[in-house]
Amino acid sequence: MAEILKTVKALAVSPLKSSQPLGAALAFLGLARAVPLMHGSQGCTAFGKVFFVRHFREPIPLQTTAMDQISAVMGADGNIIEALHVQAEKNRPDIIGLLTTGLSETQGADIRRALKAFRAAHPAHAGMAVAPVNTPDFAGCLETGFALGLEAIIETLVPAGRHAGRCPKQVNVLASSMLTPGDVETVKEWVEAFGLHPIVLPDLADALDGHLTEAEFSPLTLGGTSRAEIACMGESAATMVIGASLDKAADILRVRTSVPDFRFDGLMGLAACDAFTTALAQISGQSVPPRLERQRDQLRDAMVDCHFMLGFARVAIAADPDLLTMFSRFILDMGGEIVAAVTPIRTEALAVVPVHEVLVGDLEDLERQADEADAQLIIGNSHATETARRLSRPLLHAGFPQYDLIGGHARAWMGYRGSRQALFDIANLLQANKNHVPGIYRSLYWRDGSRAIEREAVATCAAASC
Amino acid sequence: MKASEIQALFDEPACHHNHKEKSGCVRPKPGATAGGCAFDGAQIALLPIADVAHIVHGPIACAGNTWDNRGAKSSGAALYRIGMTTDLSETDIVMGRSEKRLFHAIRQAIETYRPAAVFVYATCVTALMGDDLEAVCKAAAARWSVPVIPVDAAGFYGAKNLGNRLAGEAMFRYVIGTREPDPAPAHPAGIPTYDVNLIGEYNIAGEFWKVAPLFDELGLRILGSLSGDARFGEVQTMHRARVTMLVCAKAMLNVARKLEENYGVPFFEGSFYGVADTSRALRDFARVIGDDGLAARVEALIAREEAKARARLQPWRERLRGKRVLLYTGGVKSWSIVSALQDLGMTVVATGTKKSTGEDKARIRELMGEDAKMIDDGSPQNLLSTFHDYGADILIAGGRNLYTALKARIPFLDINQEREFAYAGYDGMPELARQLALSIESPVWRAVRQSAPWRSGTSCQGSGIKTPQSGAGLAAA
Repeated sequence: MAEILKTVKALAVSPLKSSQPLGAALAFLGLARAVPLMHGSQGCTAFGKVFFVRHFREPIPLQTTAMDQISAVMGADGNIIEALHVQAEKNRPDIIGLLTTGLSETQGADIRRALKAFRAAHPAHAGMAVAPVNTPDFAGCLETGFALGLEAIIETLVPAGRHAGRCPKQVNVLASSMLTPGDVETVKEWVEAFGLHPIVLPDLADALDGHLTEAEFSPLTLGGTSRAEIACMGESAATMVIGASLDKAADILRVRTSVPDFRFDGLMGLAACDAFTTALAQISGQSVPPRLERQRDQLRDAMVDCHFMLGFARVAIAADPDLLTMFSRFILDMGGEIVAAVTPIRTEALAVVPVHEVLVGDLEDLERQADEADAQLIIGNSHATETARRLSRPLLHAGFPQYDLIGGHARAWMGYRGSRQALFDIANLLQANKNHVPGIYRSLYWRDGSRAIEREAVATCAAASC
Repeated sequence: MKASEIQALFDEPACHHNHKEKSGCVRPKPGATAGGCAFDGAQIALLPIADVAHIVHGPIACAGNTWDNRGAKSSGAALYRIGMTTDLSETDIVMGRSEKRLFHAIRQAIETYRPAAVFVYATCVTALMGDDLEAVCKAAAARWSVPVIPVDAAGFYGAKNLGNRLAGEAMFRYVIGTREPDPAPAHPAGIPTYDVNLIGEYNIAGEFWKVAPLFDELGLRILGSLSGDARFGEVQTMHRARVTMLVCAKAMLNVARKLEENYGVPFFEGSFYGVADTSRALRDFARVIGDDGLAARVEALIAREEAKARARLQPWRERLRGKRVLLYTGGVKSWSIVSALQDLGMTVVATGTKKSTGEDKARIRELMGEDAKMIDDGSPQNLLSTFHDYGADILIAGGRNLYTALKARIPFLDINQEREFAYAGYDGMPELARQLALSIESPVWRAVRQSAPWRSGTSCQGSGIKTPQSGAGLAAA
């Protein structure tokens, strides 16, 4: 059980946190024919767009209510109604995620009332779903915003009913913001391996996996969970919930539909993967496919091979709570140590992070702790690249954003294969950074003669950094 | 090399094997042999001489399949890290062009890399063809005024151990005694300097850098080493040392003996593994050199270092106490490691003695008790069954047994040359202890030994799963 500490300082330096509306927007980016609409000044949206474009290397549909000076003071309901109307006329999205920002929340905007006004004014667009989400920038982080987005999607699009199990081969998957498109793909294949049909909410693997399409341009998302699929989630045999941040979303879904759920903190590492596999076998009534058994054996072999490198390895992690929890457990299960665990916000789920202490802070805190504890490896987003460089330690890219790594969004951490690859990558990073080799010792008797020349050669070489 | 010359090398008067039937130099048994050949042994013994161009004369296998896989570290020169081979082709062999090719290869190495010397290693093919290595080396040395040393240790001459000896023989015949040492600079502490040799120390993973400062402090200049962090020019001067320490190995005993016979340099055997052995080695230097001042400095240093090491080892000792070790090093280093492990409060349940001499075995018995289990059969099956029979917690062995252990899901520590960690000296012991604890305590063993939950029906507790949460339950599905 972790003790949650908060750094007491006025200035956040090298922030780790990304804002809530970004997370909520991401949730909608995993739905089909959708567009997130941020209620705020246009900058909120522009920043978010750049953030995701650079991370996913994809065009990102993201719209804004473009509040200006007058609407900020006098009320901006009109902006919402107009923005919804324009989107409906122009792009005919199936779903719009209506998200608040710091500005609109401070102003006191009531987006539900504005939505009602829009419905009254434009009954012709009744078919277009709009899910309102309150995501003030001044609370939470990307992960919580994503969860709030998912809660709104479920409340808006999943009808209440008592038809659980009507589609016995259908399984819901609620996937938290820590799942990359690669992870989602892994989970879908995993579920399908048992003859089951997954409905992943949101399906980033279908929307943001990076695939070329016939259409050259789309103002809406290019793939993702469809409204029709979401509407029949209540008929599934079970719901798999991945990520503790989705606890509330899962509660809402279960109450609405009575579909039983299985909850997982993450799907990295042998125990977690086994738990997921066992659940699928139970749901499907099928035995575990030989292909999975083989992948499991491969992971076990990699665990044994890599325990020399990961054992006692001192690792520093900075990530949103779900990712932090999953990676911490993964490293600890390999015999490593978490010498610094930093996360942007305090959440209830953090209490189960299997480390002594979690620091709610920024990358400056991570850097200090990692330095003090002589961490051997940093796990974090692209902002930690500089941290790692200053500490002369390798960085494993994980989380949002990943600007300086091609394909970071596509990598799968989860599943037997993803876990195995993560072991290899971590072991390689640790091995390439051999700080266990003793420093070169030069004898005092080598001041003169041929060894003295060697010393100069070595010094020159070091200066030229070869 | 003539059969009689090889036979002569088996006769090593300073070796305790010499008059006993059991010996480290027995013929390999077809169909049931593991381990390297004479070429391998020769290359291992000499490769760490860092400013030499090491040319392997033969088809690609001998160099191509082996180069750059040793852990010996250099403090500067890095030429030894570059693999060089004549990479003989079928035409070279059929048309008899290999000597010519070697000659040009030597030129190329000298012109490109300006090495302090060139070592040319014979291999099975070139030995069988009858290439005159010595003549080519002589001609090349005369032509380019760089020492070119033939190392005639083709693989079929015998096992690795013999190769070590052949390498030592080459050093003794062509290198040692060909240069006088540079005068030693005055010691900053004003104490006298004594020149010493190390034979059989390879600076694996840089481990000797943890010991070298002690030598400096005591006024012991390492004149030459075979061959950790060595330079050609230093090996040339080894005949002028006051004493030779033969480190943990009998392999180049011939060099130590000949240094004594021909130049009057006495030698002693010792080891830098473990606190007790490191102290003993330092005391032996003082004893053989016979300087009371040095002896006093050694005692002061030992008192200081042992206290430091004891403090650093204490936490590990508590974690490792009572843990049981199966040791299989192939033999020579066994007793040294046994005492190091006992230092840590561990129990060595059995040890490999395949290459051990009668004296080694006596020493092992002295350390482990009369009924110490000694293993001659180092086959994977035998190691594993011994491991299980004796309830061991960890297997310590060479790299080739690594995956035997891992596949059997048992903890392992690599003790041989490919290893990555530095275990020598007072500072090496905490590292050894750490690596032992790392593998023994690793949570992966429990995880991988368990069968899949859908087979055994065990619960998934601790995996972060909460299952299932439902009013309706699965029955509804």
